[in-house]
Amino acid sequence: MSGEFAVETRSLTRSFGEVRAVAEVDLAVPRGEIYGFLGPNGAGKTTVVRMLTTLLLPTSGLALVAGHDISGEPNAVRMSVGAALQEAALDNKQTGRELLELQARLYGLKGKAIRQRIEYLEGLVDIGEALDRRIGTYSGGMKRRLDLAAALIHDPQILFLDEPTTGLDPISRVKVWDEVRRVNREEGVTIFLTTQYLEEADLLADRVGIIEQGKIVVEGSPADLKRSVGSDVVVVRIAGEMNATAEACRQIKGVESVEVHGQEMTLSVGEGSRVIGPVAVALDQSGTIAEEIILRTATLDDVFLHYTGARLEVDANVTKEDETWQ
Amino acid sequence: MAVTAVAGLAQVEGRSRGFVSDVSAVSHRALRSVLRDPETVLPGFIIPLFFFAVNTGALQDFVEAGGGIDYRAFQLPVAIVFAVTGPLSRAVTLVEDIQSGYFDRLMMTPVRRPALLTGLMAADIVLVIALSIPVLIGGHLVGVRFETGLPGAVVFVALAALWGLGYAGFPYAIALKTGNAAAVNTSFMIFLPLMFITPMFIPLEAMTGWMATVASYNPVTYLLASLRSIISEGWSIDVILKGLLSAAAVASVSMTLALLALKGRVSRR
Repeated sequence: MSGEFAVETRSLTRSFGEVRAVAEVDLAVPRGEIYGFLGPNGAGKTTVVRMLTTLLLPTSGLALVAGHDISGEPNAVRMSVGAALQEAALDNKQTGRELLELQARLYGLKGKAIRQRIEYLEGLVDIGEALDRRIGTYSGGMKRRLDLAAALIHDPQILFLDEPTTGLDPISRVKVWDEVRRVNREEGVTIFLTTQYLEEADLLADRVGIIEQGKIVVEGSPADLKRSVGSDVVVVRIAGEMNATAEACRQIKGVESVEVHGQEMTLSVGEGSRVIGPVAVALDQSGTIAEEIILRTATLDDVFLHYTGARLEVDANVTKEDETWQ
Repeated sequence: MAVTAVAGLAQVEGRSRGFVSDVSAVSHRALRSVLRDPETVLPGFIIPLFFFAVNTGALQDFVEAGGGIDYRAFQLPVAIVFAVTGPLSRAVTLVEDIQSGYFDRLMMTPVRRPALLTGLMAADIVLVIALSIPVLIGGHLVGVRFETGLPGAVVFVALAALWGLGYAGFPYAIALKTGNAAAVNTSFMIFLPLMFITPMFIPLEAMTGWMATVASYNPVTYLLASLRSIISEGWSIDVILKGLLSAAAVASVSMTLALLALKGRVSRR
């Protein structure tokens, strides 16, 4: 490992007693990238972030963050990274400005530099007039933005965001996304974010790693990942046996693969509009009555299903998936 | 990167600042929280004056009838010990920080770990002095005078402060060990015997039976004796020293526990 990456890990592993929360994770996140770590609750995302931000030691394996070893040089890592962990961890009795000042002091900034940095962050992250109010009076979205500013107070090279929008309403969520993009673009900060929201990973991340049970199952740009499961997807929900139906569908020209999960059959297809007719015919001929047939472009959820065998059942509820006939 | 254009950031590249700076930053925040949330320390101002009024009101004539005791001077040390024991600790704030994740935010900075505890204790010292003032004024108003004069009053407050800090170590230790507010509140189980199985109402010589035996092993007994001697006897060095050693012994036990608990809390294992 050379340190040319913002985050680089090799066989990074963390166990809690008998439980292996993170198992041999290899990561290589180039500087300047927005990397999305997608997975359900308990997949190990937070444990990875806690190791990379020096709160936890790995049980085995190596990690370099900004070129510094997380085990041996924690203070060098701390000076290089900022983090906003789950559920904006703030202190309601302080004002936003006081919190930022304290944070800045602990990173070693001094009077004038602190004022200038806060002034700069006021412009970057939309917290302006709320800064002199007590944090207890802030809305959820405002707290996340202050949290973001606190994470950026010492001008870190890498920003870790652990589920930055969990629990936020759709409007606040979009606003946080905007701030994250701006920080990435204007400050050149590498962003490592974890999320359980498909849309968030899709819209924000340059590359996405899907993690399940402590392991990375697949990694790539959202577009590449979606392409890997076909450009379009036909989802058929059927009550009853569907093996014969699935077999019939596999024979249809243009169907790349057919996967059956429970009462749901997912067909990866090249061009959906050409295939939907033959699929309907095949269903009819095999005597199957479909409860629902959906044709849409592939989403990260299909990617998730393809690689993990389960759907990521969280709905961020912002950009509804396009479920119309095309 | 565009960031280098932002003024003052070169300083961030350097090492984080010293221990004193960390302690000062942490203690400032703690004191600010107290000012914003005065009800957490309000009992510390009221309870000692209440006990002073009630104890002297109920027992003054009775005890003074035995002769040789100025009961108000006898009770003032009890009041100051009450003032600085218990309501002082920022342990509950510490629990809140641990539960909210704010403690983790602090831990992600290069702050020197012991400063997270010593910063709170530095704030506690300021509070002790603030809590001592109404007691001293109350005592003065009812005619209690220090045989040792102003220097005596200073030593009086310093001894009380040492005791208060020493006691606060227990709730800090519990807070850091458990991160649980209910567990912190169990520290009253240390508070009750320490405070009440003492010559709080009557002199040790007048106590009998098991109470007298237990009280003779209670460090607060010697603390009260030294505080009383500062008011009524003058500079009885051996008595003062006993009180100082008692308070210091308790402080060293509680601080060891608190520092061990801090070590466990900040451990990355």
